[in-house]
Amino acid sequence: MEESREAQKYLDASTRQLIWWRYKKHALAMIGLYLIVGLYVFSMFCEFLAPYSKDTRHFDMTYASPTKIRLFDDEGKLKRPFVREVKMDVDLKTQQIRYLEVAGTHYPIRLFVRGDSYEFWSLWEGNLHLFGVDAPGRLFLFGTDRMGRDLFSRCLYGSRISLSIGMFGVALSLLLGLVLGGVSGYVGGWVDSLIQRTIEVIRCFPSIPLWMGLAAAMPPHWHALKVYFMITIILSLVGWTDLARMVRGKLISLREEEFVLAARFAGAGHTRIIFRHLLPSFTSHIIVTVTLAIPHMVLAETALSFLGIGLRPPITSLGTLLKEAQNVTTIALYPWLLIPVAFVIATVLAFNFVGDGLRDAVDPYSR
Amino acid sequence: MLTYIIRRIFIMIPTLIAISVISFIIIELPPGDFLTAYTAELSMSGEAIDQVELESLKKRFGLDEPLYMRYLLWAWNFLHGDFGHSFEWNKPVRDLIGERLAMSVTISTCTLLFTWLVSVPIGIYSAVRQYSWVDHFLTFIGFIGLATPNFLFALVLLWVSYAYLGMNVGGLFSPEYSEAPWDLAKVLDLLKHLWIPVVIVGTAHTAKFIRIIRGNLLDELKKPYVTTARAKGLPETRLILKYPVRVAINPLVSTIGWTLPELISGIAITAVVLNLPTTGPLLLRALMSQDMQLAGTFIMFLSALTVLGTLISDILLAWVDPRIRYEAREVK
Repeated sequence: MEESREAQKYLDASTRQLIWWRYKKHALAMIGLYLIVGLYVFSMFCEFLAPYSKDTRHFDMTYASPTKIRLFDDEGKLKRPFVREVKMDVDLKTQQIRYLEVAGTHYPIRLFVRGDSYEFWSLWEGNLHLFGVDAPGRLFLFGTDRMGRDLFSRCLYGSRISLSIGMFGVALSLLLGLVLGGVSGYVGGWVDSLIQRTIEVIRCFPSIPLWMGLAAAMPPHWHALKVYFMITIILSLVGWTDLARMVRGKLISLREEEFVLAARFAGAGHTRIIFRHLLPSFTSHIIVTVTLAIPHMVLAETALSFLGIGLRPPITSLGTLLKEAQNVTTIALYPWLLIPVAFVIATVLAFNFVGDGLRDAVDPYSR
Repeated sequence: MLTYIIRRIFIMIPTLIAISVISFIIIELPPGDFLTAYTAELSMSGEAIDQVELESLKKRFGLDEPLYMRYLLWAWNFLHGDFGHSFEWNKPVRDLIGERLAMSVTISTCTLLFTWLVSVPIGIYSAVRQYSWVDHFLTFIGFIGLATPNFLFALVLLWVSYAYLGMNVGGLFSPEYSEAPWDLAKVLDLLKHLWIPVVIVGTAHTAKFIRIIRGNLLDELKKPYVTTARAKGLPETRLILKYPVRVAINPLVSTIGWTLPELISGIAITAVVLNLPTTGPLLLRALMSQDMQLAGTFIMFLSALTVLGTLISDILLAWVDPRIRYEAREVK
C-alpha cells in the first residue's frame, strides 16, 4: 500500500519536482546550494553584517593581525566573548610593527550596535551593525590592510562586487549566446557558417591575454563605475561562445523533431515555434551552462583586478583585495591578506557543485 | 593523409587573418596613436624631439593613412618579420619577444606532457578501481584543483615555501644564471625551477583529464568486447591497456585544441605572480604603459601558437583515429 502510494506520487510529480528530488540526493550539490545562498545573503546585506564600512581607516591599526576573541577573563572565569584593546608597538630589534593587547581591558562583543553610517542599497541611511564592540576596542575578524581597513568588512563588500559581475556578465553572455546561437541554429546557411567561424576565432584566443588587451585599452581617467560596466561587457564578449554553441546544437537537433513539424503545420510562426516550443525544451540545459559559466566570470574578474587592469578603487572586489597580496614579503609578514582567496575558492566550488548536480538532475536518462 | 593535412592548413588561413585583425584592433584601441604618447613622454623627460625621426616613424607605420591601409601595412610588415617598435624599451619588438616566446612554448609543452603523464595512469587506476578510497581521494583532489585558479595557487605556494621552507620559488633561473649564456649548467638550472610553474598550471588540467579518461574508460569497460576478451582468458592488465585504454585516451588528443589557449592563459598570469621571464609579465607591462605594438605582437603570437597547436592536434588525431582519415577522404 505504502509502496504504491510512493509510486503514484512519483508518477504525478511535475518535471520540476522530479528534478528537485533528484537534485536533493546529490550531497555535494546541496552543500554548494547552501554555500551560494549564504554568499548571496552575505553580500546583499553586507552593510549591515560588516562591523565597519569598507573605507573606514583606522590609522593607528595598519596591518593589524586578526583580533583575538577571548572567552575567559583574567580570573579564568567564562564570560561572553570579548576583545581586549590593542595598541601599536614597534619592535626595536626588527623595526617591525606589532600589536600588543592592553591587559585588563574588556570589551564584550555586542549584537546590533551603532557604528559607521552607511547607505543601505543607496536607499536608506543607517548605522546599525549586526555585531561590534564599543570604542576604543576594535574587532577585526580578518585583520586590517595597509591603510588600516577592516579586511572582514572588505571581503563582504568585495564578494558583492565579484558576485554581481558574475551575474551581470553571465546575463549579458546569455543574451548574446541565445540570440546568436539561436539565429545560427534556426536560420542555418551562410549565417550559421559566419557565426560559427566567429566563435572558432574567439575560442582560439587565450582568454586572459585577450581580456588583458581589451581591459588595458580603457583610459585611466574613467570613472570606476564605467570601468565596472566595461569589464562586465569585455568578459561577456569573450564568454558567450559556449552558450551559443550549446543553443545552436540543441536547436539543430530539435528542429527536425515531430512536434516542431506539427507546430508548423498548425500554422505557428517562427517566433512562436522558437519561444513556445523549442526554448522550453532546453531551458534546463541553459540553466546548467549558466551556472557553470558564473565561476569563470568571477575568476576572470579576480584575475584582471589582481593584475591591476580590472576594477579600480574605490570599487572593492575580491580581485582588488588580492592585489594587496601580490608581494611575497608582504604575504609572509601579513598572511591574513590571503583570506580573500578562500572566498574565491568557495564561490567557484559552490557554483561547480551546483552546476554538476543540476546537470545530473535535469538529465532524465541519468541515474 | 597528406590531402587532409593540406586541407587543414588552408582552413587555418582565414582564422589567422581574423586573429590578426583582432590583434590590430587591440593595438589601435587606446585613444590617440602611439606617437602622441611617445612625444608626450619625450617632452616630459625634457628630451628634444627629433622632427625627422618623427616623420620617418609616421611614414613607417602609415599614421596618416586610413585605418584599413594601416592594417595592411602592419600585416605586410608582420609577414616580413617587422613587428613594429617598442617605445618603452626603444627597441624593435622583434628583439624583445624571441626568448620569452620560446620560454612560454617550453613551459606549455612541458605542462602538457606533465598533465598527460600524470593523468593517464591515474585516470586508468580510478576507472579500474572505481569507488575505492583512492578513487574518492583523487576525485576530491581533482575538485580542489579545478576550483583553485592558477595564480591563487601560485600565490599560496609562494607564501608557503617562503614562510615555512625559507626559499623563494619565483623566477626560472638562479640569480647567477639569469644573464649567463646558454650552456648545460644553465639548462639544468632551468629544469630545477621549471617544475614549479608546470605543476601549478598543470594541476587544474590534470584534474580535468583524469575525469575525462575515467569517464570514457568506465563506458568502454562495460562493452561486450571487453567481456569477450576476458572470457578468452586474456590477462587483465594486457586486456585493459591494449583495447579500452586506447579508445579512452583518444579524446585527450582532441582536447589539445581547447587546452592550449587555457594553458597559455594560465601560464601568462602565473608567470606574473612567479615573476618568470615569459611573455606574461612583459605583456602586462606593455599593456600598462600602452606600449601597444609590443602587446599586440604578443597577443598575435600567442593566438597563432594556439592555432598551430590545434592544427597539430588535428593531424595527430587523424593519425591515431582512422575514422577521421576516411571521413576526410570521402569529403574530398
